[in-house]
Amino acid sequence: MTVQVTEGYTTADGRQIGGVMMEMKNITLRFGGVAAITNISFDIREGEIRAIIGPNGAGKSSMLNVISGFYVPQEGEVWFRGAKRPPMKPYQVATQGIARTFQNIALFEGMSVLDNIMTGRLTQMKSSLLSQAVWWGRAQAEETAHREKVEKIIDFLEIQHIRKTPVGRLPYGLKKRVELARALAAEPKLLLLDEPMAGMNVEEKEDMSRFILDVNDEFGTTIALIEHDMGVVMDLSDRVVVMDYGKKIGDGTPDEVRNNQAVIDAYLGVSHDE
Amino acid sequence: MPDTFFYAAEVMLNGLMAGVMYSLVALGFVLIFKASGIFNYAQGVLALFAALTLVGLQEGQIPFAHIINAIFGTDLHHFGWTLPAVVAIALTALVMVGIAIVIERYILKHLVNQEPIILFMATIGLAYFLEGLGDVMWGSDIKKLDVGLPQGISDTIEEVTYNWFGYGFFIDKLDIVAALVAAALVIALTLFSQYTKYGRALRAVADDHQAALSVGISLRFIWVLVWSIAGFVALVAGIMWGSKSGVQFSLSLIALKALPVLMLGGFTSIPGAIVGGLIIGMGEKLFEFAIGPMIGGATENWFAYVLALLFLVFRPQGLFGEKIIERV
Repeated sequence: MTVQVTEGYTTADGRQIGGVMMEMKNITLRFGGVAAITNISFDIREGEIRAIIGPNGAGKSSMLNVISGFYVPQEGEVWFRGAKRPPMKPYQVATQGIARTFQNIALFEGMSVLDNIMTGRLTQMKSSLLSQAVWWGRAQAEETAHREKVEKIIDFLEIQHIRKTPVGRLPYGLKKRVELARALAAEPKLLLLDEPMAGMNVEEKEDMSRFILDVNDEFGTTIALIEHDMGVVMDLSDRVVVMDYGKKIGDGTPDEVRNNQAVIDAYLGVSHDE
Repeated sequence: MPDTFFYAAEVMLNGLMAGVMYSLVALGFVLIFKASGIFNYAQGVLALFAALTLVGLQEGQIPFAHIINAIFGTDLHHFGWTLPAVVAIALTALVMVGIAIVIERYILKHLVNQEPIILFMATIGLAYFLEGLGDVMWGSDIKKLDVGLPQGISDTIEEVTYNWFGYGFFIDKLDIVAALVAAALVIALTLFSQYTKYGRALRAVADDHQAALSVGISLRFIWVLVWSIAGFVALVAGIMWGSKSGVQFSLSLIALKALPVLMLGGFTSIPGAIVGGLIIGMGEKLFEFAIGPMIGGATENWFAYVLALLFLVFRPQGLFGEKIIERV
C-alpha cells in the first residue's frame, strides 16, 4: 500500500477515477528575481484528464516543465505514486513513465515518422550496448517486438500513410500527431500535453480531442494538458487548475471553474464592484 | 594501349588508396560534428595518441618512463613482454573509451550550451594536451607499428594485370587492406546508426536535444558514446597511418588534410567524408602527374586546399552537406 491512499471519484460520464498519482506541494519556481510559479499545490489522479489553463504568461508551461524535470523548482515537493521525487534530469523523469509533448513541436526533423516514434520506445528497450553493437541475440528480437507496438500506435493515430516520410516534410497538424505518437510509444503512466491543439483548425482540433479521449479511455493513461481553447478544455477535462500570474486562482470541475469569479476576472479582465 | 595510359590509371588507383586514409580521419570528424555540432580539432591527435598507445602496449613500454627515471634515478624502459596485436588493439580501444569518458566529464559537461567557437577552442586545447601527454607517456621517437597487416607491393595484382594488359600495376597491399577496412567501418557505422536503439538515440540527439531528453535519452551518455566511437575510428586511422609511415608526431598533421576533405564532402555526411577523401587523394596524385612537371612539382602540398577553396566559393555546403537556409 502506498502512503497516500485517497478516495477516488466518479465522473459525470461514469468513469471511475483513482487515487492521487502525482501531487505538487507548494511549488515555487523563480528565474532570477522573477517568480514564474508562486506556491502552487494541486494533484493529478489515476486515470483522469487534468487541464491547466490560464492567460498568457500565467506559468502553465513552467508547471509542465517542473513535472517533466526540465525545470527544478526552488521550493516545494513533487510526489509521484506515493513517494517524494528527488530532483531529477528530464531523461530520468521519462524513465519513470512520464512522457510529454511540446508547445513548439520538438520532433527529430531529419528522421522518418517511424524512427521518431521508435525513439519513444527507448525507455522500454533493455538490451545492452554490446548486444546492440554486434546486433546479436536480444537486440534483434527486441527490435521486432518494439516495431509491433509502434505499428499499433501508428494505426491508432491513423498515420499509416506517412510512416516513412521524414518529419521535416509534414504539415503542422500531422507533426503534432506524430509527437503524440512518440509520447504514447513510451506507454506512459502520465502523459503531459503542452497545448496539443495550438494553431490547429476546427477539424484538426476535433481529431486531436478524439485521440486524447481515446488514449485515456483505451489505455487508461492519465493525462495532464495545457490548452488555450476554453471550449475544448471544458469538454475534455475532468478537473481544471486555473493559473494567473504564477498563482493558482481556481481548481475544480469545469463547471465549478466556469462559475468562479476570480477565473472570470482573470480571463475577462473586469473589475467587479457591484 | 600506350603505357602512359596505364601509368595514369595506376597513379589514379594509388591516389584513391591514399584518399581512403584521408577518409578515415575525416570520418571521425563527421561523427562528432553530426552528433554535437562540435568541430573536433583533436581528431588527428586522437589518431596519433591511439597509435602511440597501441605501440606502447604492444611492446610493453612503461608509460611515463622518462619522468619515473628522472625522479627516482632508475633506468626503466620496458616491462619485458610483448602483447599479441589483437590484445593490444582491444586494450587501446578501452583506453580510447576512457579518454571519451574523461573528455565528457572534465570538458564537455562544463561547456553545455556554449557557442560552437568555444567548444572548438576547447578541442584545440585538448589536441595540444593529448599531444603532450602522448609525448610524456610514450616518448617522442618515431616508432614502428606492426600489427601483422600485409605490407609491400602485391605480386598477384602485378602479375594478373600484366597478363591482362601487358602492364603490371604496383599496388601496396596495405592500401588494399585500408580500403577494405574503411568500407567495413562505414557499413558497420551505418547499420549501427540506422537499426539499433543507441544509433537511433544518437541521431535523435544530433537532431534536437530537448526532444531527446523528453524520450529518456541521457545526453551525457550519448556524448561518451560518440567520443568513444570517434576514438575507435581514430584508432583504426592510427593503425593504418602508423603501419604505412611509422608512428610519428607529424601524424597529427594529417588532421589538416582532413579539412579539405570535409569541405568537399560536407561536414555532416558520412558518405561525403569517404567520397571527399577519394576525390582529394585521386585529384592530388593525378594533378601532380599531369600538371606537376609543368609547374615545378610539389603540388601535393597545396592542391587539396585550393580545391577546398574553390568549393567554399561555389558550393559552401560541400557535395553531400545539408544546405543551410535561413528563414527570415
